[in-house]
Amino acid sequence: MALDKPYQDIPGTIIFDAEQSRKGYWLNQFCMSLMKADNRARFKVDQRAYLNEWPMSEDQRQAVIDMDLNRAMQLGGNIYFLAKIGATHGRSFQQMAGSMTGMTEEEYRAMMLAGGRSAEGNRYIGEDGDAQAHRQPQGQQPTVGGKKD
Amino acid sequence: MAKITASVFTSHVPAIGAAIDLGKTQEDYWKPLFAGYDFSKQWMKDNKPDVIFLVFNDHATAFSLDMIPTFAIGTAAEYTPADEGFGPRPVPKVQGHPDLASHIAHSVIQQDFDLTIVNKMDVDHGLTVPLSLMCGEKDPVKDSWPCPVIPFAVNVVQYPVPSGQRCFNLGKAIRKAVESYDEDLNVHIWGTGGMSHQLQGARAGLINREWDNAWMDQMIADPAACAATPHIDYVREAGSEGIELVMWLIARGAMSDVPYDATDLEAARAHSVSVKHRFYHVPASNTAVGHLILENN
Repeated sequence: MALDKPYQDIPGTIIFDAEQSRKGYWLNQFCMSLMKADNRARFKVDQRAYLNEWPMSEDQRQAVIDMDLNRAMQLGGNIYFLAKIGATHGRSFQQMAGSMTGMTEEEYRAMMLAGGRSAEGNRYIGEDGDAQAHRQPQGQQPTVGGKKD
Repeated sequence: MAKITASVFTSHVPAIGAAIDLGKTQEDYWKPLFAGYDFSKQWMKDNKPDVIFLVFNDHATAFSLDMIPTFAIGTAAEYTPADEGFGPRPVPKVQGHPDLASHIAHSVIQQDFDLTIVNKMDVDHGLTVPLSLMCGEKDPVKDSWPCPVIPFAVNVVQYPVPSGQRCFNLGKAIRKAVESYDEDLNVHIWGTGGMSHQLQGARAGLINREWDNAWMDQMIADPAACAATPHIDYVREAGSEGIELVMWLIARGAMSDVPYDATDLEAARAHSVSVKHRFYHVPASNTAVGHLILENN
């Protein structure tokens, strides 16, 4: 019998379950390697060469180079792991989160200061909230690949 | 006999640690948040525990995808602040309490909760930010945290994650374990993480102030009902990372007004808790911040 996954009907949200985890094992383990300063330095010198040391898919490597976090998550990445790539590049978590919605850092920060993104219209796929696919990307920041989940 | 006298609940945001470490606490953005902890720092001084049992989640720091324990208890003598990708936080090492921790592990496992025993673990912002918020800034060389800490890590990163009900029941088992320890120790139990936040995807930035506050009301007044909240409600209403709130239910379940046997109404009536402090603020970086201090009467 199929497992119950009620979280699949929430817009703009990928839950990191066992299936995603299997898909993203090496991508996420690569991220863990960036907890060592030496590895961060080597990665920054030549990202491609460093990524080639890991048995990741080409799509996963490209998503890392593009810093396309939505794509990386579709390919099994988890945000807590992917955050280490951002930290390596000196980006804040707020910048990273904003980048996934198409917003600039300023736009995202302003939204948070105004009380954050409302749950209204964003609980189920098919509603009309600002996290729904037909209203994304929502900000001024060009998105990598122009693609949103 | 050791005794749990109070529980502390707080969000544990990495940016809060960075604001403290970079001296930004009095900037306009951060000032209202840190003001919410002024009472708490004084309360910690006035009610210094002998041991803190600190429930938190590891954020892909000590545990990678190589090993994902659902519940892990630290039984080591000390824990080093972790390098989460931007160097370790400049805070003191955390001293453990191996004897009480081992006692709790023994008792709780015998009460049918499968804990993973951890003797080597670096601790991330999930553990060090609550300590900074409650104890104030500490020099990593000259100062130490006020007492030993038993780290208790809960997996809320990879699904399936434990239910609120299981966390609540685990809290009861932890209280039983603490109360069977012979030495007279004043123990605080902290539930950290939460409130509403989502760090990923097109829904990043979700904040649900109404839901957060209603959840806190229920957790205080009717924790058994609150424990029945299904996972999907946390995710849908409080964001994908709002699921961290299940960890608060471990600390809540350890308070004395929660009878070990839910049908024991006499035990339930014999105890009560007081809310010493309550605070809520939006935003800290990506999240809503919630904070509570409860004392056993």
